[in-house]
Amino acid sequence: MYNLFSSLSAWMIPAIIVFIPLYAALRRKVPVYETFVEGAKDGFGTAINIIPHLVGMMVAISMFRSSGALELMLSAVRPLFDWLGIPSEVLPLGILRPLTGAGSLAFTTDLIQTFGPDSMIGRIASTIQGSTDTTLYVLTVYFGAVGIRKSRYALKVGLFSDLVGFFAAILICLYIFG
Amino acid sequence: MVNWIWLFFIVASVVVAAITGKMDAVTQAAFEGAKSGVTVSFGLISIMVFWLGMMRIAEDAGLLQTLARLLGPIVRKLFPDVPRNHPAIGYIMSNLSANLFGLGNAATPMGIKAMQELQKLNPDPTTATPAMCTLLALNTSSITIIPTTLIAIRMNYGSANPAEIIGTTLAATFVATSAAILADRWYRRKSPPPAVPPSLKTNMKASPHAAGGEPIV
Repeated sequence: MYNLFSSLSAWMIPAIIVFIPLYAALRRKVPVYETFVEGAKDGFGTAINIIPHLVGMMVAISMFRSSGALELMLSAVRPLFDWLGIPSEVLPLGILRPLTGAGSLAFTTDLIQTFGPDSMIGRIASTIQGSTDTTLYVLTVYFGAVGIRKSRYALKVGLFSDLVGFFAAILICLYIFG
Repeated sequence: MVNWIWLFFIVASVVVAAITGKMDAVTQAAFEGAKSGVTVSFGLISIMVFWLGMMRIAEDAGLLQTLARLLGPIVRKLFPDVPRNHPAIGYIMSNLSANLFGLGNAATPMGIKAMQELQKLNPDPTTATPAMCTLLALNTSSITIIPTTLIAIRMNYGSANPAEIIGTTLAATFVATSAAILADRWYRRKSPPPAVPPSLKTNMKASPHAAGGEPIV
């Protein structure tokens, strides 16, 4: 099953890269190279637009982690987890996941290494990491690229779905592997 | 809300650092963070340039319109205020499909391009429209079929069955995405957009009712 999927995803990108220009050139007589260059021009400016947004966010998150404020926040919530019977080792992931993709991946890897990939903690961590995206990063990049400053309720919705996904991942793992 | 979270991170960091005596580390972390912000943005340049070039070919060849027509009904339900044949629909579709197949580096440029198309429909370019919020909600909860990175890590640490988390991840991602769509719907109905001309405002108010009776997802 996994082999099928992994070879499928290995073929997916090359297939798209070949199919799009081939179809465009043969069926629609599109001057493919010129069109590519024309569209690609926008890429640079868009990526540059994101810099101020991403720098602002990364600075705040990086400070928050290194100051020990994150750890403090975790120790405040930990008793609740113990009371609910949820392994509190996965708790930091619930807070890290929406904030930093690289940070939460590093934490997940660490949990897998420490407790083993087939332990309950390893499975829960893998499921949490895989099931949602880094909300703050997605918001910063997507809205930053078009210059949206007032994000309205978008962040609330993103964080809410992260919270739901976090608990769903734990409950589903406890039920399936428990 | 972003303003408050940002302020909270910075103030809490300095206060905690003052108590724990980690001020040097926090100063260093601030500039490390700034550096990685730029590094990540620069990393996006090559991906953006490549995929936006590819997508322009797809757009000119009419492939995006085909994609929009195929999966249009679902997208129209989620984005009721985007006109039927607007190019945004095609880009939204390609963004969602790229997410679904785990093509992370293709999903971002397509999502940004979709945002740029939605921006053309925006009466106030600094404030997010409901459609933008919906697109963001779908991307933050990211529907992924195969969590390839995690399977690789699990394999690396000698898992007996590295792919056993596909099912649980799919179930969790489904729950998270449903929650995102429902919450987005709820907020969309609750908060009429600010700073919009009255003619548009009545439209916005009318559309959720029109779609209200239909099940979402």
